[in-house]
Amino acid sequence: MVKSWRPYLAGALVGVLATLSVLVSTQVLGKPKYLGASTTFVRVAGMVEKSFSPRHVAENSYFQAKKVKIDWQLMFVVGILLGALVSSLAERGFKLESVPPLWKERFGGSVATRAVGAFFGGALAMFGARLAGGCPSGHGLSGLMQLSVSGFLAMAGFFGAGVLVAKLVYRSGKGGRP
Amino acid sequence: MNALSLGLVTGVFFGILLQQGRVLRFEKQVGAMLLEDMTIVKFMLSAIIVGALGINLLASLGVVSLKVKATHVGANLIGGALFGAGWAIVGYCPGTSVGALGEGRWHALWAVLGMLAGAAVYAEMYPLFKTTILTWGAYGKLTLPALFGVSPWLVLPVFIVVLLLFFVLFEKLEI
Repeated sequence: MVKSWRPYLAGALVGVLATLSVLVSTQVLGKPKYLGASTTFVRVAGMVEKSFSPRHVAENSYFQAKKVKIDWQLMFVVGILLGALVSSLAERGFKLESVPPLWKERFGGSVATRAVGAFFGGALAMFGARLAGGCPSGHGLSGLMQLSVSGFLAMAGFFGAGVLVAKLVYRSGKGGRP
Repeated sequence: MNALSLGLVTGVFFGILLQQGRVLRFEKQVGAMLLEDMTIVKFMLSAIIVGALGINLLASLGVVSLKVKATHVGANLIGGALFGAGWAIVGYCPGTSVGALGEGRWHALWAVLGMLAGAAVYAEMYPLFKTTILTWGAYGKLTLPALFGVSPWLVLPVFIVVLLLFFVLFEKLEI
């Protein structure tokens, strides 16, 4: 028996969306747009830094390579937020959550603790994604759809380390479930 | 339609599917890494199977071109592992962090801010990596079919069968 068809169905539709995105962008824009999200964080970080020190951003070779501007992918990431908002409101699933239940079980309900954990975890994740050249969208979805070797290597890193660290963080020490 | 509006529309559909697939929850993300709840893996692999067939079909017909990310064995593995370690703690990847915000999980804001900081730090260190880690095992844009010197239509069936076997395993273990 299948536990739930939901992730399979929604996932398969993402496959259709990814295919349509490549097809339509090739027709309309003259170049294919593959799904991806992490480069947007570089561009937005560049925009923020630019307001403090435009010269520093202009001289940085990574910002030069990635081009600090509003592009297709940045709007795609904005769209993700809007789509999730509309979809959760439509099914009355929108709910404000300040600390995830599983985190609360392990580290308590403090918003500050979660904020610090999420900030440093997020910073490490993005640093790694940029070094790897992509995230689970760019390397995982788009990469594996194209059978790219870099996608397989990055996914091995994502899940290999993820499984190891998740076990250490959520299953060891006092308060952790066995 | 220009690039910006096309990006926005594509993103809205992706956001709806992420939300409907129930992958915007911290518990689902960490659940996969704890090997207890494979929702996000089922979601990703289903997308990969359908997308691989669609994109390779269009590419074989010459309608679209592939856009393969270059292989840097060292950076893909080391960066991938650093991502995995951070992912386990934050419980979100870049795309789902933004989606989680849309679903009302406002703690994902800390994740987004951290990710922006991580991107800024990486930009400063990029010149160092460019001459070191990024040169280790750099093979350029490489796909599995190109590596084996065969047609993608020989690799795809094998790849898809392996992914389907994962599904069978997950359902058998009820995870």
